[in-house]
Amino acid sequence: MSDRPPTQTPPESADQGALRWLSQDGLEVPLHRIVAPDGSYDEAAVPDLDAEGFRDLYRWMLTDRVFSRRMVNIQRRGELGTFGSTRGQEASIIGSAYTLEQPDWLYVGRAWTPFFMRGVPMEEMIKFWRGIEESQQEFAKRNSQVAISIGSHVPLMAGIAWGMDVAGDDAVAMTYIGDGATSTGAAHEGMNLVGALDLPGLFFCQNNGYAISMPASGQTGAKTLAQRALGYGMDAIRVDGQDVLAVYNAVSKARERVKQGRPVFVESVTYRLDAHTTSDDPTRYRADEEVEQWEALDPLERYRSFLEAEGLWDDIDHDALVEEIEDEFSAALERANAFAERDVAEMFAYVYDEMPPELRRQMDEFEELLEEYPEMYDYVEQRPKG
Amino acid sequence: MKGTIVEAVNDALHEEMAADGDVLVFGEDVAQSGGVFRATDGLLEEFGGKRVVDTPLSEIAIVGGAAGLAMYGFRPVAEIQFSGFLPPAFDQLVTNASRIRWRTRGELSAPMVVRMPYGAGVRALEHHSESMEGAYSHIPGLKVVIPSTPGDTKGLLTSAIRDPDPVLFMEPKRIYRSFREEIPEGEHAVPLGEAAVRREGEDVTVVSWGSMMPPTLEAVDEMDVDAEVIDLRTISPMDAETVVESVKKTGRCVVVHEGPRSGGVGADVVSRVNDDALMYLEAPVERVTGFDTPVPLLSMEDFYFPHPPRIRAGIEDALAEP
Repeated sequence: MSDRPPTQTPPESADQGALRWLSQDGLEVPLHRIVAPDGSYDEAAVPDLDAEGFRDLYRWMLTDRVFSRRMVNIQRRGELGTFGSTRGQEASIIGSAYTLEQPDWLYVGRAWTPFFMRGVPMEEMIKFWRGIEESQQEFAKRNSQVAISIGSHVPLMAGIAWGMDVAGDDAVAMTYIGDGATSTGAAHEGMNLVGALDLPGLFFCQNNGYAISMPASGQTGAKTLAQRALGYGMDAIRVDGQDVLAVYNAVSKARERVKQGRPVFVESVTYRLDAHTTSDDPTRYRADEEVEQWEALDPLERYRSFLEAEGLWDDIDHDALVEEIEDEFSAALERANAFAERDVAEMFAYVYDEMPPELRRQMDEFEELLEEYPEMYDYVEQRPKG
Repeated sequence: MKGTIVEAVNDALHEEMAADGDVLVFGEDVAQSGGVFRATDGLLEEFGGKRVVDTPLSEIAIVGGAAGLAMYGFRPVAEIQFSGFLPPAFDQLVTNASRIRWRTRGELSAPMVVRMPYGAGVRALEHHSESMEGAYSHIPGLKVVIPSTPGDTKGLLTSAIRDPDPVLFMEPKRIYRSFREEIPEGEHAVPLGEAAVRREGEDVTVVSWGSMMPPTLEAVDEMDVDAEVIDLRTISPMDAETVVESVKKTGRCVVVHEGPRSGGVGADVVSRVNDDALMYLEAPVERVTGFDTPVPLLSMEDFYFPHPPRIRAGIEDALAEP
């Protein structure tokens, strides 16, 4: 039973209650920002990180950028099924994921580098985009998963947060969602449950402007996504997603509050500079001018101006760093390419703990058929190298 | 101790919650009120508010939350108040619960149970009467279990809670309290995936499950026929072997179920018989089922589901064919 006071009580006083609209018109939803687009920043608001921490943030943002670029390139060469680039969202992704600790659980939408930050080898993410199931096994070993069906992971993460609460574990369930996901019924029910049971759930919403072609403004009548949290009894922060320090600060504070038993929703206002995936053509639904406007708000450039002002940039050899990440990607690609084609039995594995008789029969029949008609392999292209 | 099916549910939940601290029970109105059918009565008092929880009215969150809890290491037993309210959460069964083991190559799994009363005949409003086991048994990775007796209810629910995979446990609410039978005390597990032969016979095999078992047995008892009656108990994965072996002996087969005929579990039973016992058949396999309509509202629902005379007619057809 909830220990909250009832939402409705018998009216006690005889006072008249005038009609008063509860409206978003008067609602102020401020945007948290530390480093302004012109590079100026509020020194007092800068999060308490040491020089290594500041450099780390930059290195991971750069990793994110290089990873997306290389992935798009190998997709164009026909070495990947498809890929969703994160270019433009580096501050949003890294600033939020940098707050995570190992016992935390992470379920992402468009965010790949957080997995590397949690120790997942880079080749696993390449394998993921090649449709090789083993990658999700590696993600799972680090309490991490990727959501494909938009919004459907939110109730799942509500359950993870619930588990943390029942077990009394010192951890948070970090759920990434996008602007599109906030319109799904699953996201609503999942967030409502977290609010109703006061579970340690942290919702990080990357409002990157688009769900494929639908602009975020078309998803909801709400002026901001952050304000939707209020309906779940959750506190919210709206943050400039191109400012890595502001994102890090917002999510760190959110994490502290979640650990005190109050779930939080953070809306990160960012922009997807590339296509939804490599199969999408964004020129069909958005103007080049709009993209150029956001190109000018490059999160790496903005952070660089902060590092320069703080005298930290001198310790960063940008070109060497890029080369290092490129090499890391090349090595990862080589390891991913070493993944061998699998036997058909692998398709039937892991459906149940113990394979049921009918499934075993289907597998046996199919294996016999393949043996009898090896030309069937002519129709099977596994593409472990993309 | 003698008890009803709904008392057996309650008994199994008490036993398993006491035996395993990771078992959690939650759903709408399950804690304070003990469930609209009282299936969870007394659990809150015995096991406390951390393990027995009233949730918001949120089927998606209940089923998805159960999957998350199971991934995290708990053994959740979620209640959906009526099976007609599960469809919003179908997504969580298809998209998450049933494929967590597969998706993570065994690194994670979702050992969870979703219990729900199903079936027509209780004079309820729309959406309170469906038998959709056909749809649910189509989901790879999910097990579907339907008991028909109090003893089996306790034993199968116990096994479902202990099972390493997600189980949809459909409770025949029309016979929740219609008869009492001996329920084994203490620990009692009946294995999943094994059908039960309720009555041995030589002339015809009659296959059914859940709320259709009493009318099926009644029909057979009224007839002058030596019928073998099989209670499937686990719909998925199905114990086809027991059915096939019986049909090889009798040469005739009737399937009785409450859900719509097209795409129903009966069609799958026919296929299994065709696979392995076609040459033993002396007549086409008969299906006595609900119709391909929504379950009518309470004023007409008695037309819908098979009752003893209709089942008898089906058995006679199977016997009449040369």
